[in-house]
Amino acid sequence: MPFKLVLLPTDLLLWLLVAAAIGYGAYCARRAHLAAPWARVFRAPAAVVSSVLLGCYLLVGLADSLHFRLRLERVSAEAQTAYSPEVLSVLDLALTRLRSSTERSYSAPLATRAFARELVELPDGTQRREYPRLRHGGAHLEDDSRWAADVARRCGAGLALGAALWLLVVWGMRPLPRQLPGVPWRAAQITLGLLLLLAGPVAALAAAYHVLGTDKVGQDVLLLSLKSVRTSLAIGTLTTLVMLPFGIVFGVVAGYFKGWVDDLIQYVYTTLNSIPGVLLIAAAVLMMQVYIDSHPELFPTAAQRADLRLLFLCIILGVTSWTGLTRLLRGEALKLSTLEYVQAAQAFGVSRTRILSRHLVPNVMHIVVISVALDFSTLVLTEAVLSYIGVGVDPATVSFGTMINGARLEMSREPIVWWSLSAAFVFMFALVLSANLLADAVRDGFDPRIQVGPG
Amino acid sequence: MFAYIVRRVLYAVPILIGVNLLTFALFFVVNTPDDMARMQLGTKRVTPGAIAKWKSERGYDKPLLWNASAAGAARLSETIFFEKSLRLFALDFGAAEDGRDIAREIRARVGPSFALALPVFLVGLALNISFALLLAFFRATYLDAVGVVLCVAMMSVSTLFYIIGGQYLVSKLWHLVPISGYAGGLDALRFLALPVIVGIVSGFGSSARLYRTLFLEEMSKDYVRTARAKGLAERIVMFRHVLRNAMIPILTGVVVVLPLLFFGSLITESFFGIPGLGSYTIDAIQAQDFAVVRSMVFIGSVLYIIALLATDLSYTLVDPRVRFE
Repeated sequence: MPFKLVLLPTDLLLWLLVAAAIGYGAYCARRAHLAAPWARVFRAPAAVVSSVLLGCYLLVGLADSLHFRLRLERVSAEAQTAYSPEVLSVLDLALTRLRSSTERSYSAPLATRAFARELVELPDGTQRREYPRLRHGGAHLEDDSRWAADVARRCGAGLALGAALWLLVVWGMRPLPRQLPGVPWRAAQITLGLLLLLAGPVAALAAAYHVLGTDKVGQDVLLLSLKSVRTSLAIGTLTTLVMLPFGIVFGVVAGYFKGWVDDLIQYVYTTLNSIPGVLLIAAAVLMMQVYIDSHPELFPTAAQRADLRLLFLCIILGVTSWTGLTRLLRGEALKLSTLEYVQAAQAFGVSRTRILSRHLVPNVMHIVVISVALDFSTLVLTEAVLSYIGVGVDPATVSFGTMINGARLEMSREPIVWWSLSAAFVFMFALVLSANLLADAVRDGFDPRIQVGPG
Repeated sequence: MFAYIVRRVLYAVPILIGVNLLTFALFFVVNTPDDMARMQLGTKRVTPGAIAKWKSERGYDKPLLWNASAAGAARLSETIFFEKSLRLFALDFGAAEDGRDIAREIRARVGPSFALALPVFLVGLALNISFALLLAFFRATYLDAVGVVLCVAMMSVSTLFYIIGGQYLVSKLWHLVPISGYAGGLDALRFLALPVIVGIVSGFGSSARLYRTLFLEEMSKDYVRTARAKGLAERIVMFRHVLRNAMIPILTGVVVVLPLLFFGSLITESFFGIPGLGSYTIDAIQAQDFAVVRSMVFIGSVLYIIALLATDLSYTLVDPRVRFE
């Protein structure tokens, strides 16, 4: 094989999560009472539009979660096969051009010349300060006065490509309205169309320019933005994965057993809650940093260290944030455990674990789904703040937080460097907004109080 | 009532002890003082002598819980747990990494923190409630829908962008106020104006939307229908009936943040260079000054527990239906 798969811990968990989500979807689809709330969720156009957008983010994130090391060229026939020490992902491979075309420093979006003047030696030996041509951005143009025509031509080609893809997708989606009626497919198609019409020109231009400019060390901002998506998704989903067992078990157990178990669990979560969240996370992350620094032998490569740090961050966030869910579930379990069907089960001699697993947990799941959806966007925003404080992801991990942190002084430059921050803003805003909209729809669909009319 | 208050206050004691044990475990057991010394002195090769010196200067060279070499009560008191953790209960915070007295530093920084947090809280609350009431008044119209979308959009922007954007627009482009810094007296107004606005704007979306939901919930109740059926004007129904009753959950909800106002806001203070407790904490985290972080964790927990207590009391004061059990 020309490559060797590398399974980073967060990759493994992300793919497990995808598998679990598919399994849950299949499980729900065959049960009418579980499928009904989801059908209600996707009747809202806002939910469909945001799901399409989130789907695109998910694609990018998952493409960035398949890691491998490429095989190096053999030096001689009898030499052992060696693999490059650099861990790449499928997304890296797809964006090889963006990765390799680093400039020396800042350059504006679609620019052909650098952002700052440099001393250039002219052919006749004299020196002059001018804006030098970029090494990669627009390097195919002999004369950069033809820039506008070239950009327009590429935009046109990209638009045509996007439109063609769109038509293809719309054609492929024809049978869907008959199979799944009630879903606003038109909204999905329009969203997809707009995304494709945007992605087409971007892809066409990215082949020759830096569409979103380059940052201080000359890295392509579009590449950084796309790579940040995986970090956000990992934090938003893996944290929930860590949080759920604590939240569900403690909440339901406290609400069902009452007495000293309830007192103990309430005591634990009040104690955890009373420490200001950011401080608890910061203290835990500081301790983790000390641990990583004093045990370097456990982390052979930088990628593995960064990945483990991301995982640790998710675990820390999860361990510190289960209290809210526990409180909600405890209240609900308290209410449910007084209902007749639970009393009947007790009278029939059903064991406690079975009452918990068959009668209580399934009936509080709607709260779990709602809070998972609501937490995702909060976690994505939290990551940025934590990375700004310096207790977030590893500085080597690309994330929206590290992007903002690196770019926050650029606004005070003259003329200002606006593209890094704007790119982080737009990518993050779209992600969080669509997550918020979807969470709203999920809440409306799952909240039994809001079910009005024939559902 | 009195017995209830006493019981609630007594309940706070085990929680504080729990917080104390947790921070102790986090700061001294997970990583030994040796690890911390190596971290502070730089991760390069450090001599054992330098580590020992660092530890003895800060009193980290004692045993964690039990000092076998001492006699009598000193066996318990000559330990890290007693000197670093239990002393916090007496508000004895010790010295920071740079040798300054933490308690003094905190006293000096409470003022600026409070000066920033109080206007954000008061003006923000008034604005959020007014906007939410407006949306509830125009419920199920385009204005309501646009308002809710605006709230969700504002919720989706990271605080960092509000701060950076505000600094760029107001300070750099319009030159209205200084970008960052602080001064005492009336000068503080110039420095605090922008952080206050940013603080209000960044909290606006989620609070206004929450209050709108509370208002709508209140408006679906029977007494509101009765009030309308009596022929009262919608204006009177909104202000005399809905607003007053919805204030119960709103006010009891905000009581929980009142004590934490002293604690300041971490990000805003550090971006705007306001010498409050928030920026103190951030600086300590970035400099990995564990003594300060430990003290701030403790103070934050004390404030939070006071807040919980105040919330419980406010329920009983505001809503006569709540009884003391």
